[in-house]
Amino acid sequence: MQQIIKWSRKNLFATRMNTLLSLVSLWLIYVTIDGVASWAFINASFLGADKASCIANPHGACWPFVTAKLNQFIYGNYPAGEQWRVNIVFALGALGLGLLMTGCISFKKQLAVLMLTAYPVLTFILLSGGLLGLSYVETNQWGGLLVTLVIAVTGIVVSLPLGILLALGRRSELPIIRMMSVVFIEFWRGVPLITVLFMASVMLPLFLPEGMNFDALLRCLIGVSLLASAYMAEVIRGGLQAIPKGQYEAGKSIGLSYWKSMRLIILPQALVISIPGIVNTFIGLFKDTTLVMIVGIFDLLGIISFHFTDPNWTSPQVPITGFVFAGLVFWVFCFAMSYYSKSVERRFSVTGENK
Amino acid sequence: MVSAFIGLVWWLIDNTVANLARQNVATGFGFLDNNTGFDINQKLIAYDETSSYLRLLLVGLLNTAIVSVLGILLATVIGFMVGLARLSDNWLVSKLAFIYVEIFRNLPLLIQILFWYVLLIELLPHPKKSFSLWEVFFLNNRGLYLPWFTTLPGGGYLLWVLGLFGAGWFYVAHKARKMRELTGHNKAYARNYILIGVICLGGYLSLWGVPFEADLPALKGFNFRGGLSFTPEFVALLVALSLYTASFIAEIVRAGVLSVSKGQFEAAKALGLPTSVSMNKVIIPQAMRVIIPPLTSQYLNLTKNSSLAAAIAYPELVSVFAGTALNQTGQAVEIIFITMSIYLFLSLLTSFLMNTYNARVALVEK
Repeated sequence: MQQIIKWSRKNLFATRMNTLLSLVSLWLIYVTIDGVASWAFINASFLGADKASCIANPHGACWPFVTAKLNQFIYGNYPAGEQWRVNIVFALGALGLGLLMTGCISFKKQLAVLMLTAYPVLTFILLSGGLLGLSYVETNQWGGLLVTLVIAVTGIVVSLPLGILLALGRRSELPIIRMMSVVFIEFWRGVPLITVLFMASVMLPLFLPEGMNFDALLRCLIGVSLLASAYMAEVIRGGLQAIPKGQYEAGKSIGLSYWKSMRLIILPQALVISIPGIVNTFIGLFKDTTLVMIVGIFDLLGIISFHFTDPNWTSPQVPITGFVFAGLVFWVFCFAMSYYSKSVERRFSVTGENK
Repeated sequence: MVSAFIGLVWWLIDNTVANLARQNVATGFGFLDNNTGFDINQKLIAYDETSSYLRLLLVGLLNTAIVSVLGILLATVIGFMVGLARLSDNWLVSKLAFIYVEIFRNLPLLIQILFWYVLLIELLPHPKKSFSLWEVFFLNNRGLYLPWFTTLPGGGYLLWVLGLFGAGWFYVAHKARKMRELTGHNKAYARNYILIGVICLGGYLSLWGVPFEADLPALKGFNFRGGLSFTPEFVALLVALSLYTASFIAEIVRAGVLSVSKGQFEAAKALGLPTSVSMNKVIIPQAMRVIIPPLTSQYLNLTKNSSLAAAIAYPELVSVFAGTALNQTGQAVEIIFITMSIYLFLSLLTSFLMNTYNARVALVEK
């Protein structure tokens, strides 16, 4: 008790100004907690098969909407009998990421390569089917969290190698390659994602010969991946610039070719330095996947908004509850990623000090 | 490799021309002179159904500009406050700022925009039951209404003169600082300048009266008329953009202040400067060198992010031009080209300005 008083004297009530600030903060905390608790719990409706109970509780959340639609929010209109395929993909992804992040295994490098190559292929086969006796599921039946994750993971898997190539291109000694990389990077970084998605949905079909048309989801994937590559390239370029010149010269002096010295000396160091930046780009990419709803793809946010129009559930609290739910899901993913990035950063800054 | 690239571009162009010819879509920029045939609900310049697409482009651009400029101002103020709060000695204040940053930075902006929008639309009262402050500020589900003014004859000129006077102040303050650095004497240029201005303004007003008239919003029929009104779309977009970007600015400010070496804090303390002066005159100017480049790119991000307004139909560049106008004319190539060029121009301009600034403030190492 003595210690608590001592601590709060020092940290909360040191000066008159500090006391005032503390009191204002306490009031803010009280108002927020009170508001959130009464909306989310005290005044909320929890059970019910349609909007009746939500209309009866006009000042609180409408949770039955979420529980009733949870399956669609996760899988979209993916056929119920085939949802085990999605579950396998989710489980494998979680297992792989978990092993990579906890980091007490010896085959980390191999696993990372596997996750970036074999996993996407396996995911594609499992999700779209048409092979190995799996029935074919069209992409317009995919939806919800599944689509959000598919877009995010595709963006990540494509943008990493493409970003590395672009970053190397931008530092290349060949002027044409350098110029092409600069133009590509500056173009994609300069335009908002939404115009890219508009372009992908209305212009991509124009660019291709008649009859060669591919589905809306793939078009979005291309747009998102190209945009993410440009951002990734800049992050990796930062890492490349941080490598001392001596390392480049060392590679040359032992007679390694350009690609070999990049692969064996420069990139391993540059990528490790850029991990926090790469993860931040992933977070940005993950948040930006929500934009595909504007061009009519039913990602998590898209499918939640779509269900607001369900006549069984139209009530004033339903949209707010839906957005809060979507926000919670996205927040958990993004917070986890940023937490991981910070812990990596801390680990490196410690080793940096030991040098 | 180069020839492969050129071949690819040629193939794409060839396909596009063939497709356009087949779909019977007009090409060229002639459509910009045609009538749009639709009206929009927020316009800063005259516009109606008979206006041209070029006019529409301008209206959209201005709507993008106003939400971006206001958003940048708000985000900077909130961001600096939160960033400095995170560094506060007060445990509670710094934790609150931390929570603010973690919540708003990790939520997709689109969800935030939609959330504020439905909150405004669904939960605010009808115009007849508006929330009001002193009966001059009103908030309801049709929008936000503020008192404003209308100009009487002569008022327009007075506004221009005032604007020029304000711009002149920067020049005078700059001169005064130069003088002080040169001679060490503190001449009261800036104070005299303002004094003269106030006397002139007072003289003008007492001779010819106030050329402005208050324009208060008032309930007429089902809705408010008069005053300065903002649509719920605008308010939702502005709030979401400012709060979201502020969380990034807060982190930038914090990193900037932390980058100033501890000796500077101690030196300021040793000189006996009060905290506010040491912050304003010693720490922040040095932190700005680190803060400004990422801050500029946040401003650019905010401007680009204002395009998310397409989701709530706020009539800015992307939603009216790349949305409605594109659907009406079908001239996707030209419209997307114009839209992207505008953003690209802004982005290149920003990075050019930033590079110039960087070159100017970079520490000269010997």
